[in-house]
Amino acid sequence: MARSSRPGLVLETDRRTPPVLFHNGENFRLEKLPSGSRIVYPPEPLEGIKHPEDAIARAVEAPNNADPLRAKLRPGMKLTIAIDDISLPLPPMQTPDTRQLVLERVLTLAAEAGVDDVELIVANSLHRRMTEAEIRRMVGERVFRSFWPDRLRNFDAEDPDDVVFVGTTEHGEEVELCKRAFESDLLVYVNINLVAMDGGHKSVPVGLGTYRSLRHHHNVRTLLDSKSYMHPERSALHHSASRMGRFLADKLDIFTIETTLNNASFPSPYDFLSKREFEWSLRDQATYLGVTAGLKRMPDQLRQKLLHGIAAPYELTGVHAGETEAVHARTLENLHRQHVVQVQGQSDIMTCGVPYIGPYNVNSVMNPILVVCMGLGYFFNLYRNAPLVRPGGVLILTHPTPKAFNPVHHPSYIDFFDVVLADSTDPKVIEEKYEKQFAEDEWYRHLYRTSYSYHGVHPFYMWYWAAHAMDYLGDVIFVGGDREVVRRLGFRTASTMADAIEMASDTVGRQPSITHLHCPPLFLPEVTP
Amino acid sequence: MIAIEFSRSVPRYAASKLAGRTTPGLLPFVAPLRVGHYDDPELPGEGWVRVAPALSGICGSDLAMIAGDASFYFSPIISMPFVPGHEVVGRLDDGTRVVIEPVLACTARGIEPVCAACARGDVGLCVRTAHGIIAPALQTGFCEDTGGGWGTVLVAHESQIHRVPDAVPDEAAVLIEPLACAVHAVLRANVAPDELVVVSGAGTMGLLTIVALKHLTNAGRIIAVAKHGRQQREAIRLGADDVVTPDTATRAVRLATGAHLHTAEMGDPWLGGGADVTFECSGNAGALDTCLRITRGRGRVVLVGLPGAAKIDLAPVWHRELDVLGAYTYGTEANGQRTFDIAIGLAQRVDLSPLVSAKYPLTRYAEAIDHAMDAGRLDSVKVVFDLGAK
Repeated sequence: MARSSRPGLVLETDRRTPPVLFHNGENFRLEKLPSGSRIVYPPEPLEGIKHPEDAIARAVEAPNNADPLRAKLRPGMKLTIAIDDISLPLPPMQTPDTRQLVLERVLTLAAEAGVDDVELIVANSLHRRMTEAEIRRMVGERVFRSFWPDRLRNFDAEDPDDVVFVGTTEHGEEVELCKRAFESDLLVYVNINLVAMDGGHKSVPVGLGTYRSLRHHHNVRTLLDSKSYMHPERSALHHSASRMGRFLADKLDIFTIETTLNNASFPSPYDFLSKREFEWSLRDQATYLGVTAGLKRMPDQLRQKLLHGIAAPYELTGVHAGETEAVHARTLENLHRQHVVQVQGQSDIMTCGVPYIGPYNVNSVMNPILVVCMGLGYFFNLYRNAPLVRPGGVLILTHPTPKAFNPVHHPSYIDFFDVVLADSTDPKVIEEKYEKQFAEDEWYRHLYRTSYSYHGVHPFYMWYWAAHAMDYLGDVIFVGGDREVVRRLGFRTASTMADAIEMASDTVGRQPSITHLHCPPLFLPEVTP
Repeated sequence: MIAIEFSRSVPRYAASKLAGRTTPGLLPFVAPLRVGHYDDPELPGEGWVRVAPALSGICGSDLAMIAGDASFYFSPIISMPFVPGHEVVGRLDDGTRVVIEPVLACTARGIEPVCAACARGDVGLCVRTAHGIIAPALQTGFCEDTGGGWGTVLVAHESQIHRVPDAVPDEAAVLIEPLACAVHAVLRANVAPDELVVVSGAGTMGLLTIVALKHLTNAGRIIAVAKHGRQQREAIRLGADDVVTPDTATRAVRLATGAHLHTAEMGDPWLGGGADVTFECSGNAGALDTCLRITRGRGRVVLVGLPGAAKIDLAPVWHRELDVLGAYTYGTEANGQRTFDIAIGLAQRVDLSPLVSAKYPLTRYAEAIDHAMDAGRLDSVKVVFDLGAK
């Protein structure tokens, strides 16, 4: 019998509404919102495809707007398979990872066709390299053992021997790509499309692109003109990536395989995080109390290990293969089926909790810049049509914002915080004054290539993600934030949610309308202003 | 005269040493300091004159002495009891406003012929500071016979006297002596055009080093390491291009120079590459250790602040072939100019007065010393005694 999946819900609170859950970094908090506030809950997880392997096989045999994959494979050809990296899904999914299932199918077909020259490349772009253990977990033991390390590797966007300049788009955007991928007879891209921002033409030119290419769309001007990142038709970022993608598609045979997941983000006993508070059972309430008390008392390292050990019980909801644009249209339909929640009207205040994990701190700590990226970059922009909050409104986030950095993963973030933000928090000023220096810094480059560090320019991109929110909002308040850190970030702190709402009254008046984005699990409010 | 006298007292020295580490607020009370009426110092010989100090600074070396942290290295060239104070602006009997160049070298000591260093004009390197017609002392302010700036009268040899231009107020003139030290340090380092320079510590010496760098060299970027807000603001005002805090200094210099940062298994990180020249102005051993780690191979590390006995890892000096340069006081520089003359010229071009943060009468010496001990945290730079105040 099919599992029922209730759609999302916009709940208007009254005096009887229980406190609402906020993610709060490496812990959680319950906050009582004023009566009349709205809570936007995600839809419940859609039922997953019963036999993912079969669905994958069907997708590559009957692709969209392309010949079947089997027909593209031949002996003597050069085949490259690019794979989305560890930045998604979030949290990492329980094994087998969807990418493993897709890879196994593609590799089986390649073997049947007698293709010998096969290389698997993690499309990490300017993200950190994935570790051996992370790659093994993602691709599965069989694939790993067959290809690691000579034929399965991370992309190195700073390796002059593995980068090729392809040309410029009609808008003058330089396209530089992984040489192995570009010189292949066929490039298969294996994606997980967690949110609407991902996938499509953003996969190849970004995932296998270099700083020289990315700077054409990962910049303040473009991101200010992307409203929102989750609405590709209205995103200058996606327009640019699409121009690059089409430019490449004219020169390179790209076979895209995109997958979508439901939003079953948390396994038991953390499944209370996905439930609506008014439906919490006694067990859920006890679990909440136990988990929050336990996390509070744990040493930092143990807490991070525990949290980053959570694996989401995601299920495959769709798999489509073929020509990139045709595939992505189907993918977005699938995503919207799971994610979209209709919301009428914007509010004066938007609230949201920032969780312990984001795309760039898997197996790491979420540093203050990543907190800004999550809150102002991703959650503020998690909309179609219009933001949940009105122009000039206030965004209230919960996160303790400790000054904590992973020096291996985020070395340039430390300097960005200490040096760049001490000088200015204005994205345009920062971009003009510091970006090139960080992007070309030899030490960062060395660490990106040989250690597990994000590229030197990466913290800039995180800051740029937040540029639209900074430009749009009247105020940003962090509840429970470290005062010194939040001041450095250019925002304000409040001790309690009530204080934050009181502080927000300076900007939005004394009777503000409030909407809480109950996220994660991820979903997508479609807001009618 | 009214003066503060520093005397020899083993129990008080021990108490100072203890208080300096545990309860610095008690230091002025337990240190071997006494304010009182004393006989005026006598003129030791020909060429000596009386000076009535108007303002006299409290220097880091004075504080080290009071806290029992000064190196015993200096014991043969000081004579107790003495009246401290070597940063002095005052007036001669005829009313002429002067500053004192406090080094007590051969000429002041009546030694003929003068030593080779004095003959060259390098009075700071005089080898006869324990000889001659006055008691041993490297400077006024450490000499039993001359008095010092923390008294209402001192005596000085005419070779030590420099007239103060009218355009330089007392609050700036009292800083000419430390400015001369900074000038000498900067000229010692021979900073080449566009070299990246780090000034570690932004107390009086650090800030004045920035002044000297800005006006006497064509240094490239000047990065000041400053802990406190006032120091940070003054560093920028006086010419630093960037100000960083001590905890971010290593990474900031790395970023500025494009160096590589190496993380040691124990101890602080160090840079492969780094600053061309580093001036350590705080006298703090930890800061010196950082300077050695952030200066490039064959770069120069200049000791401007008075270092004490300390345990420092010298591996970087050996490994990166660093030139560690001492910079004590002043004399005659390579261009033939006396350092003090250069400093007086600079004091006319740069507004130094804001650096004097507080003035105290001698009778409130305990408060003054307590303030000076904690100047940075109290958003102050230079604390001085106002000898004219009641």
